[in-house]
Amino acid sequence: MSNLLKIDNIEKYYGSRSGLTKAINNISFEVSKGEFVAIMGSSGSGKTTLLNCISTIDRVTSGHIYMNGVDITKLKGNDLNKFRREELGFIFQDFNLLDTLTAYENIALALSIQDKGYKEIDSLIKDTAKKLGITHILNKYPYQMSGGEKQRVASARAIITEPKLILADEPTGALDSKSSKMLLDSFNYLNDELDATILMVTHDAFTASYAKRVIFIKDGKIFNEIIRGDKSRKEFFDEIIDVVTLLGGDLNYAL
Amino acid sequence: MLFKLAFKNIKKSVSDYAIYFFTLVLGVAIFYVFNAIDSQTAMMKVSESTRDIIDLMLNMLSGVSVFVSFVLGFLIIYASRFLMKRRNKEFGIYMTLGMSKGKISKILVVETFLIGLLSLVVGLVLGCALSQVMSVIVANMFEADLTEFTFVISTEAIVKTIIYFGIMYLLVMIFNTISVSRCKLIDLINANKKTETVKLKNPYLCIVIFIVAVAILGYSYYSVTVGVDNLRETWRIFLIIGLGALGTFLLFFSLSGLVLRVLQHFKKFYYKGLNSFTIKQFSSKINTTVFSMTVICLMLFVTICVFSSCMSMKNAMTANLKELAPVDIELAKTRDIPREFIEEYGYSEGQVNNSYQSIEDDLNSVGFNINDYYKDIVSINTYTTVELTVRDTLGSAYNEIYKKYPFMTYDAVEEIVTISDYNKAAKVLGLDTYSLDDDEYLVIADYDNMVSVRNMALKASATITISGKTYYPKYDKCMDGFLEISNSHVNDGIFIVPDDAVSNLTVEKEYLYANYKADTDEGKQEIENLLLSKSDALENIESTLGASTRLSIYEGSVGLGALVTFIGLYLGVIFLISSAAILALKELSEATENKERFKMLRKIGADEKLINKALFRQIAIFFLAPLVVAIIHSIFGIIFCNYILETFGNESLLLAIVLTAVFLVVIYGGYLLITYYCSKRIIKE
Repeated sequence: MSNLLKIDNIEKYYGSRSGLTKAINNISFEVSKGEFVAIMGSSGSGKTTLLNCISTIDRVTSGHIYMNGVDITKLKGNDLNKFRREELGFIFQDFNLLDTLTAYENIALALSIQDKGYKEIDSLIKDTAKKLGITHILNKYPYQMSGGEKQRVASARAIITEPKLILADEPTGALDSKSSKMLLDSFNYLNDELDATILMVTHDAFTASYAKRVIFIKDGKIFNEIIRGDKSRKEFFDEIIDVVTLLGGDLNYAL
Repeated sequence: MLFKLAFKNIKKSVSDYAIYFFTLVLGVAIFYVFNAIDSQTAMMKVSESTRDIIDLMLNMLSGVSVFVSFVLGFLIIYASRFLMKRRNKEFGIYMTLGMSKGKISKILVVETFLIGLLSLVVGLVLGCALSQVMSVIVANMFEADLTEFTFVISTEAIVKTIIYFGIMYLLVMIFNTISVSRCKLIDLINANKKTETVKLKNPYLCIVIFIVAVAILGYSYYSVTVGVDNLRETWRIFLIIGLGALGTFLLFFSLSGLVLRVLQHFKKFYYKGLNSFTIKQFSSKINTTVFSMTVICLMLFVTICVFSSCMSMKNAMTANLKELAPVDIELAKTRDIPREFIEEYGYSEGQVNNSYQSIEDDLNSVGFNINDYYKDIVSINTYTTVELTVRDTLGSAYNEIYKKYPFMTYDAVEEIVTISDYNKAAKVLGLDTYSLDDDEYLVIADYDNMVSVRNMALKASATITISGKTYYPKYDKCMDGFLEISNSHVNDGIFIVPDDAVSNLTVEKEYLYANYKADTDEGKQEIENLLLSKSDALENIESTLGASTRLSIYEGSVGLGALVTFIGLYLGVIFLISSAAILALKELSEATENKERFKMLRKIGADEKLINKALFRQIAIFFLAPLVVAIIHSIFGIIFCNYILETFGNESLLLAIVLTAVFLVVIYGGYLLITYYCSKRIIKE
């Protein structure tokens, strides 16, 4: 499988010379096309910073991030927006849906800013909605939906532009367990059936157990990495819990 | 501690609310400037009659100031209410920390006090500076001598400004305290989390309301233009104004529901770029602001009408002077009053006796020899007869005219002048002269309303009969002209007939025109004062002599022109900055919410250019919606104003409208741009 994303020795420092915080301290890893990778870590471990750097919302202090061989840390201004628009799909913990727009309009926005025509937008939305089981809520406003529904609408918005990489930041953070399971099942569907590449940040072992590979981060460094392989999800979950125990700290509450 | 907190709060929000502060400062400054005119003019050297007009203007301005203070008070209370709303979360934090509502109120009181104090100080300083410019303008308008220019600061105006604004700020404090005491902690904490619920109105109801609104507005428009002659009573005018306001409200109410639905049907347009986002932003905002949109729209409407009418009045008053007051003095006297009028109309014995004496004799008898002071003297007589009333001159057009103008006095007698007398007067008045055949007559008039009535009759070739002889109209319309000099077109009709037609008629009035034997304004003023000093003596001989002079007409016109200009400017500026400030504040107070939304747009990859465009459109639509409706209202409003003020002439209307447009674009457009740049800065953070 080809390398889609290559993180090369990146560092991210916050603060001044007197009080320096190393949010990311020399991390390198690669993500292949069609992979479903989870990044786990306690709060303050640097996992969200890592995601922000990959999504170009934040800039790295040193190191490089390559996407299909292009160094995205060198992009500027509208090239950045273009990169985000065309290559990335975002799913956030707090959904980030526009509350004045219906589900349909929220999804359409991702396409209309790419200057897609209405006919194409319409057929793409209907198609994607069917896959994610949200056809019946397309005309609802965010305030009329449950958390799970909102997150699936956000997922639909993220994947409808057929991005090369889907970035999910604590996607189950604001969901109950049933909605979480439904959302993660749809992630698996996207990954298995549509061959979407997903990079997900979470502190929840259950959520992470849906991924194919889990990278553990502690204090800005990679602590461990485990691969699911042929194991069942339950076995993989147990394995993750073992590492979490090893990691110690506040990740324990994830149990 | 409270003071420190309040001070920090102001410092923090000063950049966000710069536009609010700016508006307050401007309000204070303008309030001061117009109230300080009193002191600015006090030391100017002007004539007595100009002084009277300045006094009248000052009275009117101080009356208008009360009204203005209501408008500004409304603005300040309204603005502070939604500025407070934005800070709910902050108050929530204070309260979870255990701060009592009383203390929060105290913080707000201190804040209001600080902002009030600061805006008053800055505003008054700015006002003092501006009022110096103002005094130059005032002096220029009243043609006063400004050789001894001094820097004037009016303590009276300062005290007045402080009292008026003090009351306004006090009211704000009371309102804030009430609204703090009412709020609940849970709402404050959740204020930011509350997702907006989109209330969609029933589209069919909206269509019905829209039709009703258009019908009401249509009726109002009709009433003030085509049906304007039915607007005789004051209550009818107020009814139309009320209907107009109601129609405007219903229009915005229905539009808020309809615009979205209509635009959603144009799918290609709706799903292009950030259009769907912008349209939803606008419609959600107009949904919650129907009332303020209406108020702003009406304020803009009043601004446009008042400003353009004042400008056109001012222009017309001074523009017509040269042709309407072509001689230095016009004396007029009622002549040959019949004895029976003593009982019928209450003339005194002495007046009747005196009325058989000519103007020249009158003046001679009080020791004013006209040949010593006057040149180009022309004296003419006019006649009346009961045979010739308004009714008699209309001929076959009477029925039609009566239907249209049922309230006109049709039994008033018409003024008649012979052709040779008229031509004599016309020469000195710089008017066209005419010639008539034995059986012809013509009408001169320049008061537009009467001209159109008389033209109907003349078109129907209405004949008139004097002493049994019939005369036919020479022209099928009124000719332009007048016998009395004035500042505006007020001649409602004078009949010019061949010389022998009046042989059996009694003299009604004598006119005497003359120019002063003086070259300078001072010399002319001296001659005029000399005549004025004889007025007591003339009263003693019971003369009905009256005089109009060029100098007094000029001064009156210039003064009135200045008066309407100032009132127009005062009201216009205050209304305009108030409505623009409300819109700007509304937009900026929502900037935090918008910040989140624009952040989301950026995350899904919208270009800066696209985002800026969406932001600008959002603000521009919000600003333009009430303006467009106000402009449509104004078209009819100006037509109506013009109808009322027709005596002042409408030649200068175009210029006034251009001036209004410039004024509007500069102030309103300025606010729009500032709002855009402030919002851009907020969403960029």
